[in-house]
Amino acid sequence: MLLHEAHGCPIVAVNIWYHVGSKNETPGHTGFAHLFEHLMFEGSQHHDKGFFQPLQAAGASLNGSTNADRTNYWEVVPATALELALWMESDRMGYLLPALTEQKFVNQRDVVLNERRQNYENRPYGLASMAMLATLFPDDHPYHWTTIGEIADLKAAKVDEAHDFFRRFYHPANASIALAGDFDAESTLALVRAYFEGIAPGPGVERVRRTAALDEERRIFLEDRVELPRLYLAWLTPAMFASGDAELDLATDLLAHGKTSRLYRRLVYQDRIATDISASQSSREMSSFVQMSATAAPGHTLLELQDALLQEVAKLADEGPTEVEMERGRVQAETQFVQRLQTVGGFGGKSDQLNAYNTYLGRPDYFSEDLGRYARVTHSSLQATVKHYLTDGQRVALSIVPRGRLDLAIPDSSSVAVS
Amino acid sequence: MSPAASGGVDRSQLPPLRPVPRFTFPRVMKSTMANGLGVWTAHHDEVPITEFMLVVRHGAASDPIGHEGLSAFTTDMLDEGSGPFSALEVSEQLARIGAQLGVDVGADAILVGVSSLTRFVERALQLLADIVVRPALREEDFERVRRQRLNRLVQLRDMPGAIAERVFMRLLFGDAPYGHTPLGGEASLNAMTVDDIRAFHQRTFRPGEATLVAVGDVDHDTMCRLAGAAFGSWDGGPSTSVRDDVPLPVPARLNIIARPGAPQSELRIGHVAVSRSTPDYHALVAANMVLGGQYVSRVNLNLRGEKGITYGVRTAFEFRRFPGPFLLSVSVDKAATALAISESMKEISDIRQARPVSASELAIGIAALTRGYAKNFETCDQLARAVAQMALFNLPEDFYSEFVPRIEALTPDEVTQAAARHLDPSRLTALVVGDVDPASQEFGRLELGVPELLSPDSI
Repeated sequence: MLLHEAHGCPIVAVNIWYHVGSKNETPGHTGFAHLFEHLMFEGSQHHDKGFFQPLQAAGASLNGSTNADRTNYWEVVPATALELALWMESDRMGYLLPALTEQKFVNQRDVVLNERRQNYENRPYGLASMAMLATLFPDDHPYHWTTIGEIADLKAAKVDEAHDFFRRFYHPANASIALAGDFDAESTLALVRAYFEGIAPGPGVERVRRTAALDEERRIFLEDRVELPRLYLAWLTPAMFASGDAELDLATDLLAHGKTSRLYRRLVYQDRIATDISASQSSREMSSFVQMSATAAPGHTLLELQDALLQEVAKLADEGPTEVEMERGRVQAETQFVQRLQTVGGFGGKSDQLNAYNTYLGRPDYFSEDLGRYARVTHSSLQATVKHYLTDGQRVALSIVPRGRLDLAIPDSSSVAVS
Repeated sequence: MSPAASGGVDRSQLPPLRPVPRFTFPRVMKSTMANGLGVWTAHHDEVPITEFMLVVRHGAASDPIGHEGLSAFTTDMLDEGSGPFSALEVSEQLARIGAQLGVDVGADAILVGVSSLTRFVERALQLLADIVVRPALREEDFERVRRQRLNRLVQLRDMPGAIAERVFMRLLFGDAPYGHTPLGGEASLNAMTVDDIRAFHQRTFRPGEATLVAVGDVDHDTMCRLAGAAFGSWDGGPSTSVRDDVPLPVPARLNIIARPGAPQSELRIGHVAVSRSTPDYHALVAANMVLGGQYVSRVNLNLRGEKGITYGVRTAFEFRRFPGPFLLSVSVDKAATALAISESMKEISDIRQARPVSASELAIGIAALTRGYAKNFETCDQLARAVAQMALFNLPEDFYSEFVPRIEALTPDEVTQAAARHLDPSRLTALVVGDVDPASQEFGRLELGVPELLSPDSI
């Protein structure tokens, strides 16, 4: 339980992380963690109806999200409605199962299938993440699949599995609560205890540990309903908070953040071979990856894009960043850190940040040290990290091409199935 | 232990709602510079961040016919070099102080914002002035940016939501000022020259048509002094007005854009409704909450909750200077397209009379609008946008502080009456972007006439 007083606005954020995500799923049962998140909004024993209604009626905004490593839930409520949020969150943590019926399960499974159609299948380039993860990570690695899951798995999911899932992962021993906002810490702590202390801790959850390595360059393609082909390049990188993680965050920033970035300058501004570029690191508990993308401007090929991207990566690996880039990277990191502190709740606000540090590191007070990681990056540590990880032989190249235009893919790419 | 008492707390009922402390918007201090530029500031010291937002009272609605997209194109050109500096040099200067430039071109206004750590506030404001007042607007940058914008149009063809948005505005407004999205179209972008951009900048980016909003931990006098140094030399000049004399078209009731193979249909339903200055503003905001403005709204509970055919549906009145659209937006399972249209239209129709807004529905809507109102004003950016709205629509000084009492005073009857005045089921137009058979009986049963078949570019 983490409490942080902030009296600027008469609101309180309640934020709960369960340390479970799609990495706790197994092949044949993908998409379950996220489907389960939906069920958490369908009522619990003492309030067996929608979760949204009483909270919205009290003026709350609320949401939840699932990723590979964790599932989070939050409410931001007027300060005088804090107890309602605690009541609701503790009821679904302690007493969900009596209210979890077959009918709710089937209904939410259909909603998730619609969400999948809308956000993946019916969105241009929307299947890229599935193809990329499936190639970066081997079949039995829990990062092999996306959080939304495979259609066949979702259709085969059973309500009994949801009950088992809840017993394994949704209990105090696998959760972290953070409150931030306009309250008095002492009396509020008593209130949190009253609502949550009676809930049994549940079994210990064994951490999933798996390593991944690419031993060769892999080239794949996917046909999609798009006008312009796009190239994605990805490399495996160190886990979140591990040595090299901050360096690669800064490296992808200087490569692709804003118009001053190297890739924008080169591909969009000077050579005009791409309509857009991106590069970022997706930091995860077991293993991260850096992904770059570029969309071909009409008349240009993915091979041209690949050459330019790889030249810029090689240049950074050989020469390192400039002094100006280092200075810029540090001030941008500081600004982004401060920006995130503007809100007490929601995705990325103070309470979410406290839970992230607590869940991943057991160090809720890690904020200053986290900022310090970026301040300590040097010219040579950034250069060495790029050189070590963004290498030629351990890379995935994914071409997304208009339907029927396999000729536009990077040569020697093989088809990849996504389902 | 009874289940109702589990955990030592009373679970037999939810904790009662307690009153929410009254919300008061920070005081807005206003000054006007000699050249006519308004400087409006609000104090906020939660974090060492300061936000500047320049509001120009012209947006996409000021685009001339044939040059749709000109205001957004011009705005996009602002940071492509300034004075002697190239585009990259301008970006570099912003990046070195960690400042973020954000531009937003809407129908009625252009917003150009810069946020930075407060210790860089003077430099950030100077850069904002360089960008807005003295952009280079060079021919070579113009061609490059045009190419990028044309490419963007090509990419939007992949996105059913973007196709629907663009075509739907055209259906409702035709050649009238709101008949296009800020990006414009291929023909209009190709018809422009760099001189059009320069002329538009000349007549639109004027201190008398603009307000500089500043929110952060800097006092009003200091802000005014800094604004004077940065914007003092900006020339004044006569203002221009938005043409509002073009008649609105009468679109077909049902319009279809074929998208073979699409698993979902993208749907828009609506009609031209009401302007921001309507006396029914608060009643319509409340009516919309009941109809489709929140998770527990009628259309969402129907289409998502009961029928499970969508991930979510929203309605909105877009309040603008001139009457803007009332709009329902949803993406549905393609097999349920006709069902979604008929159920949506039924809900829009029913709230006017057949199923008037009930006291309990209104109570939920009011609570959602008012009880959490304070959280809309937590960050510098949120506060700056709120002040920008005040400047743009001449909202009264106490608009935000009075919002909650005004909404709380509404009665179900007032809200139903306002919905009845401004929603007109007989004028609702539907647009489908999807893989549907226009000749199917389901569409026939909608009784919306013969579907008009459109292509994404035909309009």
